[in-house]
Amino acid sequence: MIRFEVNGRDRSIEVAPHHTLLEVLRADLGLTGTKECCLVGECGACTLLVDGRSVDACLVLAAEMDGARITTVEGLARDGELSPLQRAFLDTSAAQCGFCIPGQLVSAQALLDRVPHPTRAEVEEGLAGNYCRCAGYEQIFEAVLAAAEAGPGGPARPMAPEVGDRSSTPDARVAPQ
Amino acid sequence: MQRFAYERPSSLTDAIGLLIAEGEAARPLSGGTDLIIQLRDRSVTPRVVVDVKGVPELAPGIRLEGDRVVIGANTVMTDIAADETIRTRFTALAEAAIVVGSVQIRNRASLAGNICNASPAADTAPALLVYGAVVVVAGPDGTRPIPIDEWFVRPGVTTIRDGELVTSIELPLAGKPVASTHVRRTRRRGHDLASVTLAVAVSKDGPVTLSYGSVGPRPWVVTDASGILADPASSTEARAVALDRLFSSASPSPTSMRAGPEYRLAMLRVLGMRALETAQRRLGEAAA
Repeated sequence: MIRFEVNGRDRSIEVAPHHTLLEVLRADLGLTGTKECCLVGECGACTLLVDGRSVDACLVLAAEMDGARITTVEGLARDGELSPLQRAFLDTSAAQCGFCIPGQLVSAQALLDRVPHPTRAEVEEGLAGNYCRCAGYEQIFEAVLAAAEAGPGGPARPMAPEVGDRSSTPDARVAPQ
Repeated sequence: MQRFAYERPSSLTDAIGLLIAEGEAARPLSGGTDLIIQLRDRSVTPRVVVDVKGVPELAPGIRLEGDRVVIGANTVMTDIAADETIRTRFTALAEAAIVVGSVQIRNRASLAGNICNASPAADTAPALLVYGAVVVVAGPDGTRPIPIDEWFVRPGVTTIRDGELVTSIELPLAGKPVASTHVRRTRRRGHDLASVTLAVAVSKDGPVTLSYGSVGPRPWVVTDASGILADPASSTEARAVALDRLFSSASPSPTSMRAGPEYRLAMLRVLGMRALETAQRRLGEAAA
């Protein structure tokens, strides 16, 4: 039996010793925002926060989490409102297929919590553990920088752009290798 | 994943007791960034996983103790890279810690885990080798220090004995200013394992100590006795010859998928030269 806090809520749950935090969140707690993908700590799709620090949930046993404070992507929105970072992702069309986005969001939030006004290089390094196989990095970096610029209050325009409205998307630039 | 039991001892005695009782069937768990992968792919099949994060003697933390800096076994890469003493006095270690894996990996991976896994490509190994670090291990007969150069044997194998646990890694503080740097070569920027990893430490009037990994079964440390590398006036050609002598232990695997042996040896020379220049520039800046 472990007791931990998940997105602000105290949870007590029986876990098998060989089950990872990722498995327990998805299968036992129904929190499927955290994605299962590479299972070797490379892709970052399962990124979540443990006591405020980003980790790959596929490399953590649930049993290790007794007493921990977990924030998953489901915990980023407050009172039904998307966080400023999530709104920035929508505004810049940062999600293509969307599979990596929960991990990207959590890593980006961890970065902004640590460095409120990161440089582009800091954003790239902060997200180096999150792969996007659509290669939508440019819009993802733009979103994080836009959220940082807007500050905790978020962007002035809370609505996502209309479908087909590319006005907020900068011309594509070649991402560095 | 395969089934196993999980234990989280709260004392060093209990932890060692478990390791002794279970023998080969027990595996210590610190950050888990290597072990969980091995458990999943069944390259290790323990009966019990012993989580050592509850053992006070292994607690994370970096502290000054007399003439050395003591790093608790469970200290993670993020905290090593951010520590002011490590950044200023053991710069190569801070530079190595900050390139391990990704942010997510660095938030979990411990220094003790990095050296216990004993990968030839372990990023922190060359830095620890140039500083003459000491691995402190505790076992049923008490604690013993192991000089880091006597630690690494081959991939996955160290001189730690059954029933022993690393409690801390100690870095001796040098009496005179030392400047150092860590450099590496990866296939791509960001999250990758090193094809070559190398650290250099220089001090006023020498010697120059250099360590390199990912080019053989274990990382090596060597000291330049010729004086050529310590001499800021020596020619590039003379330095290249002196460096090549120091790299004589390099024996890169011809079967590795990350880089061929010719490339690794060529990059070893390039990185050696660059690291030497950086360390000497830093030594000059510190003296200015």
